[in-house]
Amino acid sequence: MDRLKSLHTVMLNSERCKGCVTCMKRCPTQAIRVRNGKASVIYDKCIGCGECVRLCPHQAKIASYDKFEVINDFKYKIALPAPSLYGQFNNLKDVNYVLTGLKRLGFDEVFEVGRGAELCSHATQVLLNKEVIKKPVISTACPAVLELVYAKYKNLKDNLLKLLAPVDVAAKLAREGAIEKGIPEEDIGVFFISPCPAKVFALKAGIGVKKPLVDGVLAISEVYMKLLPEMKKIEEPEKLSKMGVLGLNWAASSGEAIGAGRPKYLAADGIENVIDILNSIEDGSLSDVDFIELNACISGCVGGVLNVENPFVARARLRGLRSKFPQTANTLTDVGKSFDYYKWEEEPDYTSKSKPVEDRQQVFNKMLEIQNLYSTLPQSDCGLCGAPSCRAFCEDIVNGKIPKDSKCLMLDR
Amino acid sequence: MEKIHLEFDVDGRNFVSAGTATAKVKACLKEMGINPDDVKRVAIAMYEGEINMVIHANGGKALVDIYVDKVVVKLIDTGKGIADINLAMKPGYSTASDDIRQLGFGAGMGLPNMKKHSDECIVESEVGKGTTVTLITNLH
Repeated sequence: MDRLKSLHTVMLNSERCKGCVTCMKRCPTQAIRVRNGKASVIYDKCIGCGECVRLCPHQAKIASYDKFEVINDFKYKIALPAPSLYGQFNNLKDVNYVLTGLKRLGFDEVFEVGRGAELCSHATQVLLNKEVIKKPVISTACPAVLELVYAKYKNLKDNLLKLLAPVDVAAKLAREGAIEKGIPEEDIGVFFISPCPAKVFALKAGIGVKKPLVDGVLAISEVYMKLLPEMKKIEEPEKLSKMGVLGLNWAASSGEAIGAGRPKYLAADGIENVIDILNSIEDGSLSDVDFIELNACISGCVGGVLNVENPFVARARLRGLRSKFPQTANTLTDVGKSFDYYKWEEEPDYTSKSKPVEDRQQVFNKMLEIQNLYSTLPQSDCGLCGAPSCRAFCEDIVNGKIPKDSKCLMLDR
Repeated sequence: MEKIHLEFDVDGRNFVSAGTATAKVKACLKEMGINPDDVKRVAIAMYEGEINMVIHANGGKALVDIYVDKVVVKLIDTGKGIADINLAMKPGYSTASDDIRQLGFGAGMGLPNMKKHSDECIVESEVGKGTTVTLITNLH
């Protein structure tokens, strides 16, 4: 899958990077090393969670996304705003100001991702009621979590909810709607306004679908800056919003789980909590829940690094907006598609990222070598060598990533 | 035969941290690509052992040797020892205090579970000196 290789979710501003070990120490998949005084990402290990972007004290980590101007490559532009966008504005009386603002920025149409979310909720209910699926079911809407499962928890693949994410459903419906209106297919550009870099990667790589469903992924932070002045000019907004509380709830942790309609659910957010829960599922110690929603960011999508507002503030604002929405505005019957429309079109494919398969003896020999080397080190995980832990340093040597004679600075002291 | 040797101190009186040694062994086996059922067996048996050391012996040591085809877990404590090993192996038999039972432990399933989830479970004990449980699990 060549299209994956060129996609990097985080980039480095080398001038700003001080080579401090903050991002390296906190990366949940140990995908960062400090080489020649600068942090460098091992993209094969990166799951795009955005932690390093969030944590960098020098703003040297930059999440990748498309510049707003890409929308101009298409004649008919459709915006897909994530529900978390609504939580960014102070004193927002009516979300139609946001949607009308988007149209004034040049979009011909807006299609709220919250609508897709409501359909995903209903599809989840149908799936859980009808199909035999391994419990507990693990949500797949957070692309960083999905990739983490594929990278480190392969034996939990059967527990995954094999349904498209809300943005995928919204993108498909929006594009088909425009085609039905008679707009030539090649003129249609569909753009997600995203709270996180993991979504940028997942959408561009077309995870779970045969070919990418959107033409670009914009950052909430960039769109926000353009929207604010535009919204101030609006006197009477167009009535454009077509979603309900159910869709709005997806912006924050537990929204999806509530929508799944299962009383015995668990919703965990923050990548370290997610890892804890995945370990517990593996141990079989979570037998009393049947639906598990996992979000890599604290508080869920409102915690994504492409937002402008603090996640807890955004969440409080969304709560304040609830009374302005109907409970649900989109159902499977309204849309009239078959159930297959909401399913993964193909198994998520991260193949360009996977390591060559080694037999057990080979792996064992390597691990033995790593363990022997590790026992000679101070095990203080100081990070001075440029690896996040003494163990990672040993792994890098044994795997030939750094020279065999690389030195531990603490030992030579 | 070549082996990966790991050593852990199991902290007595601390139910919350019990299981940390097991978690590390589990991670190691997972990295080796051992099938999930075997990993689970090792983890369940070893966790029961850790908990037993916390309940009955004020902690102890866990020595783990990972071979390419088996795992040997040795749980060594210097606690009060087991007077009647045959009785201790009986499901439901427990000498745990009421305090411990109120915490949900001490159901008398520790040793039986260790036996059930390992291929070999050897219990050596001397009253007043301590107990050593050796768990051997073959890897498929």
